[in-house]
Amino acid sequence: MALDLRLIMRALRLLARQVLLLTVVALAVFAMMKASPVDPVTAYLGPAMARVGPEQTAQIAAAWGLDQSPATQFLRWAGQLLTGNAGHSTAYNAPVTQVLAERGLASLALTGLAWALSGLLGFALGLVAGATEGRWPDRVIRLWCYLLAATPTFWLGMLALALFAVTLGWAPVCCAGPIGLPPDEVTPGQRLAHLALPLAVLTLFGVAQIALHTRMKVIEVLASDYVLLARAQGAGLPDILLRHAARNAGLPALAALFAATGEIIGGSVLAEQVFAWPGLGRATVEAGLKGDVPLLMAIALLTALVVSSGNLLADALARRMDPRLTGAA
Amino acid sequence: MTGRLRLIAAAGLAAALILAVALASWGLGARGIAADFGARLLPPSPAHPFGTDHMGRDLLARSLHGLALSLRVGLAAAGLSALIAVAVTGLAGLGRRADAVAGFVTDVMLALPHLLLLLLLSFMLGGGTAAVILAIAVSHWPRLARILRGELRQVMAMPYVETSRALGRPRRFVLVHHVLPHLAPQLLVGVLLMFPHAILHEAGLTFLGFGLDPSRPATGVMLAEAMRHLGAGRWWLAVFPGAMLLALVLAFDLLGGSLRRLLSPAEVRL
Repeated sequence: MALDLRLIMRALRLLARQVLLLTVVALAVFAMMKASPVDPVTAYLGPAMARVGPEQTAQIAAAWGLDQSPATQFLRWAGQLLTGNAGHSTAYNAPVTQVLAERGLASLALTGLAWALSGLLGFALGLVAGATEGRWPDRVIRLWCYLLAATPTFWLGMLALALFAVTLGWAPVCCAGPIGLPPDEVTPGQRLAHLALPLAVLTLFGVAQIALHTRMKVIEVLASDYVLLARAQGAGLPDILLRHAARNAGLPALAALFAATGEIIGGSVLAEQVFAWPGLGRATVEAGLKGDVPLLMAIALLTALVVSSGNLLADALARRMDPRLTGAA
Repeated sequence: MTGRLRLIAAAGLAAALILAVALASWGLGARGIAADFGARLLPPSPAHPFGTDHMGRDLLARSLHGLALSLRVGLAAAGLSALIAVAVTGLAGLGRRADAVAGFVTDVMLALPHLLLLLLLSFMLGGGTAAVILAIAVSHWPRLARILRGELRQVMAMPYVETSRALGRPRRFVLVHHVLPHLAPQLLVGVLLMFPHAILHEAGLTFLGFGLDPSRPATGVMLAEAMRHLGAGRWWLAVFPGAMLLALVLAFDLLGGSLRRLLSPAEVRL
């Protein structure tokens, strides 16, 4: 019972920290938007600005509540957000929640899959590299990882497009479905064909870190006394890799994967731009260019929620693996 | 190759690259910036080893200009970012409460991916070179600060620091005379490893249209322009500027990595 209480207390404390963190993020992003020289009304009107008089501009500003003090604006926004209304996106002329739902799904398909695949592939490569430390498979994998880590994601995407889509014609050039076809008429096959290239690029982007991380852990395990004992008892390398290395390296790799959530989301913004993928990353760029403050704030909050949860999970996993860390922090 | 040899090789490579870029961009003058509409979109040839772009500008010269720009922006941003990291770590070293605040701020910064944070900061600052440098500096310090914070805790627990404090030295004296020299190698490695990161993020941000001014010969600008010609099979527009950027990033990754290996061989087994 006492243990339960402590667990509940800790969960509550983590929840409070999470709420505080999101509030600070919201405040910071709002302050950044307010400090921006980009005027939302001007950005919204664009070229039409020339035909709109100052009175109409003032009317739009008043309708959006821009004539109120920044504090009032923020409180009104926060209050609406708590009732589930995240505002109206000026860039897409739709409720922010609707934009988030549509684009979030597309992003989840691309980024989520790339995240999971890069974890699996990275782990497998790390196992192979660790098991063959110093020999050629290890050298090749390591070199490949270093190269990948230094490669600009969007450049890799452009190269993939130029080679596979333009020259070879194996993959479509852009978007999440054939151009001109409404999204609900795209067949699963077409969807997959359009997903393949961006997914491959984004997966490669995330692999390097996990592979190098896993490799280090595997080398550590293989040098341990219990592996020596297992060898002495006649266990073969596959057996040792599966029963000792993979098990011991699994949790650290998972923790590293959770900690890398932010990185892959950042990479997805660039990948979505290159492949014209209709996800949140592209929406972020669009919102930034058009001064769409409500959409930018919602995306920032959602991303912060996902990334900080990832960081939190990574921390929790690390503590679970090594209880000494609990005392240290 | 021994670690020392590798370090010297990496340092030589990085220095040669910097020198080449600096000399080239200085000696090139207007080459690669002035338009020549008689030579539009030429594929690679002996006269233009990297080909020419849609305004007939030599891509090799342009790529070199771009790297020089990246170097300058990256150096300024990484240096500024390291200063912030040191300042935050120093503040955190002053007391328990300051440490908690610094830790929370770091967590908040880490909750937003670099690229998104850069985008928001660039939106706030209105774009341009100074804005990009400032945005990269403001977004990249938390990781270094985290490493420095860990080191700080270790040093503060060392006997000589305890002795010094027992002798009545004020906390600030301990920070400046004991902790800072101890952190210096970590700091150097941190800056060196942050530098390629900063360059990559600058290019990405510029590519998205939030970074350097599109009229400047930045790698991100070149690649964004190349995007429009990709469908027409003009691959050289994308391949060469990106490959040059990759070479620069790789050289600094190598330099930072081998320096770290030399300074703390036990910690890093890569």
